[in-house]
Amino acid sequence: MITFEGVAKRYRNGREALSNVNLHVAPGEMVFLTGRSGAGKSTVLKLIALLERPTRGQVSVGGENTGRLKARRVPAFRRRVGVVFQDHRLLIDRPVFDNVALPLIVADSSLKEIDKRVRAALDQVGLRGSERVLPAELSVGEQQRVGIARAIVSRPPILIADEPTGNLDPQLATEVMALFRRLNEVGVTVVVATHDLHLVRESGLRQLVIENGRIAGSEPAGALPVIEARR
Amino acid sequence: MSGPGSYFARHTHALFSSAGHLARAPIATTFTVVVMGLALALPLGLDVLVRNVRAATADFSGAVSISVFLKPGVAEARAAQLARSARERPGVAAVELITATQALAQFRAQSGFGAALDALDANPLPHALVVTPRPANSSPADMESLRRYLAAWPEVDAVQLDGDWVARFNALLALLRRALLVAAGFLALGVVAVVGNTIRLEIRNRRAEIEVTKLVGGTNGFVRRPFLYTGALYGLLGGLTAWLVVAVTLVLLGPTAARLAQSYGSPFVLAGPGARELGLLLGFGTLLGWIGSWLAAARHLARIEPGSG
Ligand SMILES: Nc1ncnc2c1ncn2[C@@H]1O[C@H](COP(=O)(O)OP(=O)(O)OP(=O)(O)O)[C@@H](O)[C@H]1O
Ligand SMILES: [Mg+2]
Repeated sequence: MITFEGVAKRYRNGREALSNVNLHVAPGEMVFLTGRSGAGKSTVLKLIALLERPTRGQVSVGGENTGRLKARRVPAFRRRVGVVFQDHRLLIDRPVFDNVALPLIVADSSLKEIDKRVRAALDQVGLRGSERVLPAELSVGEQQRVGIARAIVSRPPILIADEPTGNLDPQLATEVMALFRRLNEVGVTVVVATHDLHLVRESGLRQLVIENGRIAGSEPAGALPVIEARR
Repeated sequence: MSGPGSYFARHTHALFSSAGHLARAPIATTFTVVVMGLALALPLGLDVLVRNVRAATADFSGAVSISVFLKPGVAEARAAQLARSARERPGVAAVELITATQALAQFRAQSGFGAALDALDANPLPHALVVTPRPANSSPADMESLRRYLAAWPEVDAVQLDGDWVARFNALLALLRRALLVAAGFLALGVVAVVGNTIRLEIRNRRAEIEVTKLVGGTNGFVRRPFLYTGALYGLLGGLTAWLVVAVTLVLLGPTAARLAQSYGSPFVLAGPGARELGLLLGFGTLLGWIGSWLAAARHLARIEPGSG
C-alpha cells in the first residue's frame, strides 16, 4: 500500500530531511513512525500525502507512483488519503462543522450526506455539539480532534496522522488510538507519527524508527529500550 | 457520493460563500463597487446624453433646406416644371415654389418698405425653390451632392444652403457616439483590471484557506469557483451602481432641463436610463467581473500549493 524506495528529500532551503528511506506498509496495516524531533517523521508523512515530492527515489501509495502523478490527478489522490496535521491546519474563520465538512464538499457530496457524516465524525472524536463553534474558541486538544474528524470524515482508505495525540490527556489519547484501531480493523491503512512511546508500547504494533534521514529500525513494540536509549 | 442536486448545491455554496465574503468586508466591497460603478456610469451617462440631445433636436432636421434662386426672366411655368423634377429626385422630401409675385408680397408685408416698392415698375425678385431633403438624406455629403445637382441647371442663378449648422451638429453627435464607444472599451478594460486586482488581493488574503482546501483534495476548479462568483457579484453590483448614479443624476437635472426646453417652447422631457439599459449594465458588469476574476484566478491560484517544495 505504501512503499518508499531510496527516498531522499531536500527542502528548498537546502536542508536534507531524509537521505535514504526504504519502508513498506502493507494494505490494512497500522504502523507507528517514531524518532527524535527533527528526524523527518513529518517529512515522511508529507511525502505520503503528496504535500511534498521526493528529491530522489520513489514513493508509491495505493499503487500510484507519486513522483509521476499528473497535476490534474493530484486532488483525486489526496481525497484517498486522510491527513491529521501536526499543526491542525484548520480554517480559523469557519465553524467546526465547515472545517470537518470540507473534504466532503470538495468531493461534491450531497448536503444530506455531508450533514450525516460530519455529525458522525464529530461524535467519534467526542465533539458532538460543537458544530457552530469557531476553532479559536476551542482548546488546542479540541482543535486537534477537529483535525482528526476532518481526516476521517470521508472514510479514506489511507489515514496519516502527525502527532494526533500530542495535545491530548492520556484518556483522550487512548480514545483516539482506539478510534484509529477500529478504522484499521475495517481495512484502513494507518500511519501514525508520534513521540508517545507509551502508546506505541501499549499498541503492540510495528514501529518504524527514523534516524539520520533513514529508517534505523523496524521493530515490534517490545524492543523499547533501544528506542528510549536513542531519545 | 455526488447526489443529483450536488452540482446545484456546490454552485449555491460557492455563490453564498462569495456573497458572505463581500458582506463581511463592507468597506472594501463598497469601495470596489463604487469605483466600478463610476467607470460604468460614464459611458451610460454619455449614451443617455447623446440620446437626449438627439431627441431634443429631432425637429431640427426640418430646418435643413436648399434655396434655389432662378435667373431673372425664367418663366413661372418653367419654374413649376423645375420644381416637379426636383421633387422626383430621390432623397427629396418636399419642394416649395415661391414665385416672384409671392416673394414680393411677402417682402412687402414683412419689411415695411411697401411704399418704396410701389415706386418700382417691375418686380426685381426672381422665382425661387425651397428644396427640403428627407431626414435620412440630410448628411453634409448628401446636401452637397443635392446642391451640385441643383446648381447645374442652366436656369439657376444661385444656390444657398440653409441650416447647414444642423448637419454639422448631427455630424458632431455621430462623432460623440463613436468617442463613447471607444471610451466604453477602455473603461471596460479598467473594470476588468479593478476586479482582477481585487481578486488578486482576495486570493492572497485567503491563501491559508486555499491551501487547506487543496490539502483535502479540492481541485483548482473548485478553489476558483468562489472567486469567479465574487468577481461576477462585483460586476453585478457595479452595474447596478452605475445605473443608479445616472438615474439619480437625471432626476436631479430633470427640472432644469424642463425649464430650458420650455424657454425654447419645446415639449421635450429628459429621458432617463430604462430597463433595457439596466439589463445591459447588469449583464455587461457581470461579464466583465467574471472575466477579471477569471484572469486573476488563472494567474494566481494554480501557484498556491500546500507543500513548501
Ligand atoms: N518546510 C520545510 N522547509 C525546510 N526545512 C524543513 C521543512 N520542514 C521540515 N524541515 C526540516 O526537515 C527536518 C525534518 O523535519 P520534520 O518536520 O520532518 O521532523 P519531525 O520528525 O516531524 O520533527 P517533530 O517531531 O519535531 O515534528 C528538520 O530538520 C526541519 O528543520
Ligand atoms: Mg513533525
